[in-house]
Amino acid sequence: MARYLLRRIVLLLITLLITSVVIFALTQLLPGDVARLILGREAQPQALEDLRLELGLNDPIPMQYVNWLSGFVTGDWGTSFTSGNPPIRPLVLERVGNSLLLAFYALAISIPLAIFLGVLAGLNENKWIDNVISVVSLSVVGLPEFVTGLVLINVFALGLGWFPASATAPADATFGEMLSQLTLPAITATFVLLAYVVRMTRAGMIDELKKPYVRTVTLKGLPRRQVIVKHVLRNALLPTITVIAISFGWLIGGLIVIENVFSYPGLGRLLTAAVERKDIPLLQASVMVIVFFFALANLIADLLYALLNPRIRLE
Amino acid sequence: MNDQPIIEAVDLCIDYRLNKRWLNAIQSVSLTINPLEIHGLVGESGSGKSTLALALMRYLAPNARIPQGRILFEGEDLIPKTTAEMREIWGSQINLVPQDALASLNPAYRIGEQIAEITRLHKGLSKPEAWDRAVEMLRRVRIADPEAVARRHPHQLSGGMQQRVTIAMALSTQPRLLILDEPTTSLDVTTEAVILDLFRDLIRDNEAAALYVSHDLGVVAQLCDRVTVMYGGEVMASTPVIEMYQRPLHPYTISLLASLPRPTEGAETRLPTIDGVAPSLAERPHGCVFAPRCPVALDKCFDEKPPLEHIRDSAGTSRLIKCHRWREIDDGTLAIATTPVQAEASAPPGQHYVLKARDLDITFEKPKLWDRITRKQKKAVHAVDDVSLSIRARSTLGLVGESGSGKTSLARIIVGLYTADDGEIELLDLPLSLDLHERSREALSELQMVFQNPNDALNPYRTVGNALARTINRLVTTDMSQAAIQRRVYELLNLVRLTPQYATRYPAELSGGEKQRVAIARAFAANPALVIADEPTSALDVSVQSVILNLLKDLRAQEGASYLFISHNLSAVSYLADWIIVMYLGHIVEEGTQEQVYNVPSHPYTEALLSAIPNPDPTVEQGEIRLDGEVPSARRIPSGCRFHTRCPRKIGAICEDETPPWRDAGDEHFIRCHIPIEELIALQQTKPDAQPQPVAQAED
Ligand SMILES: Nc1ncnc2c1ncn2[C@@H]1O[C@H](COP(=O)(O)OP(=O)(O)OP(=O)(O)O)[C@@H](O)[C@H]1O
Ligand code: SF4
Ligand code: SF4
Ligand SMILES: [Mg+2]
Repeated sequence: MARYLLRRIVLLLITLLITSVVIFALTQLLPGDVARLILGREAQPQALEDLRLELGLNDPIPMQYVNWLSGFVTGDWGTSFTSGNPPIRPLVLERVGNSLLLAFYALAISIPLAIFLGVLAGLNENKWIDNVISVVSLSVVGLPEFVTGLVLINVFALGLGWFPASATAPADATFGEMLSQLTLPAITATFVLLAYVVRMTRAGMIDELKKPYVRTVTLKGLPRRQVIVKHVLRNALLPTITVIAISFGWLIGGLIVIENVFSYPGLGRLLTAAVERKDIPLLQASVMVIVFFFALANLIADLLYALLNPRIRLE
Repeated sequence: MNDQPIIEAVDLCIDYRLNKRWLNAIQSVSLTINPLEIHGLVGESGSGKSTLALALMRYLAPNARIPQGRILFEGEDLIPKTTAEMREIWGSQINLVPQDALASLNPAYRIGEQIAEITRLHKGLSKPEAWDRAVEMLRRVRIADPEAVARRHPHQLSGGMQQRVTIAMALSTQPRLLILDEPTTSLDVTTEAVILDLFRDLIRDNEAAALYVSHDLGVVAQLCDRVTVMYGGEVMASTPVIEMYQRPLHPYTISLLASLPRPTEGAETRLPTIDGVAPSLAERPHGCVFAPRCPVALDKCFDEKPPLEHIRDSAGTSRLIKCHRWREIDDGTLAIATTPVQAEASAPPGQHYVLKARDLDITFEKPKLWDRITRKQKKAVHAVDDVSLSIRARSTLGLVGESGSGKTSLARIIVGLYTADDGEIELLDLPLSLDLHERSREALSELQMVFQNPNDALNPYRTVGNALARTINRLVTTDMSQAAIQRRVYELLNLVRLTPQYATRYPAELSGGEKQRVAIARAFAANPALVIADEPTSALDVSVQSVILNLLKDLRAQEGASYLFISHNLSAVSYLADWIIVMYLGHIVEEGTQEQVYNVPSHPYTEALLSAIPNPDPTVEQGEIRLDGEVPSARRIPSGCRFHTRCPRKIGAICEDETPPWRDAGDEHFIRCHIPIEELIALQQTKPDAQPQPVAQAED
């Protein structure tokens, strides 16, 4: 087990390394002169040259990469190009915290609901209840996020006034206030996730229910509930775990539309801003962080999968 | 104890709903199992054995119903009971030992937990008590080191051990009735023999009654007291086992028994077969279900279903029988031809060799670069080690051995599906490359293979005619017109006794036996010199198996081909083979003619294989020699004689240390053993000494 874990962590590091190369290479391809971007159109040639020297922009590209990476690893993430040149690390980390909060909240709503619906559908394969669940969850996933988001805002925030319309958490908000603000964005994300997880769970259930061991445990005299919960679910949920991990990655970095609709300061919005302003160091740092969480979620999912599935040899 | 039966099915019918129609699967079946009785239930695939066996537990598929009948368990009707009430009986009074042990155990839980679950539920044991009991049960089914095995997961055990686990589980609540649904069908003969011994003892010790479902008459004869024969969803006959064998009264039973190949039969015979195939649910005849295939059917049989009668025959035996003509059979006025008929005279084997292979060798999973870097001690799998063989023209070489002995690897090397690491092959006196891609088209067409599972060999989207035409196109070297190819397709179909109509059918529309015939037709498409048949009948029903064996025999005579015939069924091998080689863990341990190998002296391994064959004659005791455990992994081949870890005749340290020599038993009969031939003969003519307790070894 320890060796397996070690190997997976090494693999994770390699993934991150490769990603860093790709990110760095891609940002090199962005058009425009960085120094001019920072100093503006009217900058003096001398000032531009000084800045280039300071930023190391005249070094050979591999060198620039090594400098950037070593800085990143040691915690020096550089400063943003935007006015005031704020340091990047606190900025990104704050957004990571926000994104994680929203991601966990969305998972806490969507996963139990999706598994419940998936199990229900799987147990009633091709009966009306299964059809209703399939149709509803599929039609919900087809709706664009900004549409669901706006509808939810109009109904529950502007109409009923149950939740705030925007999720711009003030720094001193209590946890309860935070949750209340995050409810509508989390529900919007749930709409997107629901169908995948429901389908996965349903398929897993149907597969497992057909296996001979279900008959064996039934004929041991075990009550139906125990047959399902203790025996079938344990195996049927295995494929769902992977789907959840991928969803988690999306929740961290991919909520661009939702964050914009609710003006929520998450990583997704930071990323869009960085792209719009060609804020390269910020862009690099945010992508690295997103990829890190994505890879981490997959690592955890794989470990969980292996732990729950004794057929995978941990060596 | 009173005489009340343990379980009794009375006039039971079961229907399945298919395509919005209720189809009758079990038709007015009656079955009685008395206390302490082991009752056999035999029949071809689809005859309704499993449906009936599970229905006795009142367990039905979701699309099934019981329109009529009663199931009396100790006098109480189970049919009106609710599922909640049945749960009191399931697992405590009636227990199931399922067919596919691995699939029937939950992969996620430890063996011990799964056994403990049932005693916790029904005996109210605490967790630790139930665990101890589970370990105790594992010990009773003679699993070595039960504490360790209890902590393992199902996939970590061998097939034989998995099956023992399901037995341990079923016995752990001391049920009144055990239902065993083909529990040994997927096992090797040697393992099967050990498990059958175990059943016999355990069922008796537990004072339980049992229903043993099987399609193998040999197994049933060796184990059961009474046998019920099913066909097309109906009970044909129910008879004490000895009478069933010695005086079968039902035409179906008679034909079925006659169609079994037996090791004692001469080579120049053909098996009597039952023509046609068993009817599917939708097309069951309304008269006697067996009428379309019955050799003595009358007009009446097609119109009127015979009743299931409870009779006393002329010898005073009480039986159930369903046939209009049993009285004539009973008093001897009607006889059904059962003696094997003379085979079409074939030219004797030629002197020259079709195939010669020398020193073939193959190793799988060789350590990779990565393993060498990490210094991981990864052992390669040496599947075929230094094997030489030769096959004469118009002859059959039989290849036998347990699963894991390397039979299939050897066959695949010869046809080129695996490239051997080393060795030489000569086909028709010309050197043949080990690499398939370097073989000429002529060589490919001379060497064909028939696989175990016809489903894997046929493309489901191609009609039979299309498949055959493609093969002809690919293999025949001379130019052929479309018309000529079509003619050849019909010729081939005719060769395997299929009508031309089959050319337009898809594989899904064929029965297992028909698919195998198409596969054989394909192998003969280009008049091959050698056909390699890897377990061609083991996926088929008994009655179909005899048809295929006959077909292979006829084709050898007609087409002058040779066979390499691989099977773990020694009776089938002896029916077809002129020469036999016996393989164990990648090595040949004995070779000789069919007669030499099946008679004294034999290699101790051959002796054990022969001893394990369940004889369909219940008065002939099964041999007494049993092998411990399973074939060791080819990753860890034992030193010295590879068979020493299981050999009942082992003579001492020399067997562990030195590779045994080839000993010449005369007339090109060779045995690889440290025991000199004379001593082997002396040993094998007397009964062997006390056998070691069969104990399944854990495999890691
Ligand atoms: N759930 C089901 N729905 C519809 N038909 C079924 C179902 N289960 C079995 N059948 C059909 O009922 C018949 C009897 O099946 P059953 O499995 O009892 O046969 P069997 O004798 O046990 O065969 P085998 O030797 O292959 O196990 C077959 O024709 C089969 O196709
Ligand atoms: S009833 Fe007729 S067809 Fe059926 S088994 Fe008897 S003789 Fe044959
Ligand atoms: S050499 Fe020894 S172990 Fe091997 S078969 Fe002969 S007696 Fe048995
Ligand atoms: Mg069956």
